[in-house]
Amino acid sequence: MPGELTLWGLAASGLMVGVAVVLSLWRGLGLSRSILWAALRALVQLLVIGLALDLVIDRDRPLVLSWAWVVAMVLFAAWTTRRRAPEVPGGFTLSLLAYTASSVVSLGVLFGFSIFPLEGRTIVPLAGMVIGNSLASTVLVGRRIIDELSEQRDVVEARLALGRTATEAARPHLRAAVRTALIPQIETTKAVGIVFLPGTMVGLILAGADPLAAVRVQVAVMYLVLGSVATTTTVVALGLSRRVFTPDHRLVRLHPARQ
Amino acid sequence: MGDTVAVPSPPLQPPGLFDFEQVWVCDGDAVILRDVDVTVPEGGITVIRGPSGSGKSTLLRLCNRLEIPSRGRVLLRGRDLATLDPVALRRRVGMVFQTPTPFPGTVLDNLRVAADMDPPAAARLLERVGLPAELLDRDAATLSGGEAQRMCLARTLATGCEVLLADESTSSLDPAAARVLEELVAQLAAAGTTVLWVTHDEAQCERIATHTLFLDHGRVVGGSLAR
Repeated sequence: MPGELTLWGLAASGLMVGVAVVLSLWRGLGLSRSILWAALRALVQLLVIGLALDLVIDRDRPLVLSWAWVVAMVLFAAWTTRRRAPEVPGGFTLSLLAYTASSVVSLGVLFGFSIFPLEGRTIVPLAGMVIGNSLASTVLVGRRIIDELSEQRDVVEARLALGRTATEAARPHLRAAVRTALIPQIETTKAVGIVFLPGTMVGLILAGADPLAAVRVQVAVMYLVLGSVATTTTVVALGLSRRVFTPDHRLVRLHPARQ
Repeated sequence: MGDTVAVPSPPLQPPGLFDFEQVWVCDGDAVILRDVDVTVPEGGITVIRGPSGSGKSTLLRLCNRLEIPSRGRVLLRGRDLATLDPVALRRRVGMVFQTPTPFPGTVLDNLRVAADMDPPAAARLLERVGLPAELLDRDAATLSGGEAQRMCLARTLATGCEVLLADESTSSLDPAAARVLEELVAQLAAAGTTVLWVTHDEAQCERIATHTLFLDHGRVVGGSLAR
């Protein structure tokens, strides 16, 4: 395959890890062990994943293995979200719902419109893009909502005290939190090609693909990510607004993470 | 059935505006209110006084169901608050908070959160709380503390509430602005609005109170309404 990286090439790229270690030692950052550990861990994790993917996405394997992989990714992402944002009530269930919804919508569009062929080779990486890129935004929107409603509790309750419903009282705060979580993704989408060349495209070009073909794939992936981030953040925001208010329109006691 | 002797029933005590019946409020292991059994009458200004953490605000928030009792019940004119629609209840029982709570937007936008109204109606409402109509187009975030709290009072009055709850509403204001708000609330009470006013300020209590209720560590410990 053109552009295939040899083992020698892989080892040589490790020189850059050496540069990072040397810089850390020189400036007394105390990060050299962490850098080495991170580099080694990434190598082992990716090798294991590569071997596993090789087994799962083989054309002769049943697609159910790929879908099982997607389910595992969704579960792991929900667990990670819960761990990173423990202050969000029902964080695991909510994020599980959000990742499931965005996977169903995104993969439904991609495969329903035959944008990509439905096979193991496409299911697992595309689902990984959807879930992986939504994770940070999902954590952010959950934390932001809890912070916002805690800090602005008086304002929320002032709306409730005027006879507004919980949905109406929460709306401005949810909007602010979803905007905060979505704006970085929108900015990334706007800056693509000018400020940086995205990973999918770089990978395809390095692997020898035609640049314009690589661009087409990249654009589809970026739209996929934008849509899935919007879906997960919205699902979390709507779900969380039901959790933090009682059916009789009271704001429950919240426990935001200490700054 | 044979002859029975008619036993005169005891004189029915008319329900107060709010009846607290053996009300407890707990948050986990912490007891915020314990066995509060008191009647708040219709009309006038009932001042609820006590040190910080005595449960005054919680008692007030029970009246518009921003809090609910862990045990016991609260009645409004004899009807259990738990059976009333909380959204409709809160339009009858308005509340002004400790610090001003302006919403984003102009003063008119703020008033319209409470009720649909045209600018002349909004100007009349501002006039009721002693604010000039020119403020309608001002960004609410730029008002002084006193102006913002009066706007919040106007916003609450826009719901047409018959009861006003004031939770230490002058504590963030300078003395002059606090006196203006006190006078406004006294006028509202004289015009028929029942006011429940929470404060820890003894002098203020003496100035405005029609009835008093003193709390300490979640218990009623005195005041004209104590049983």
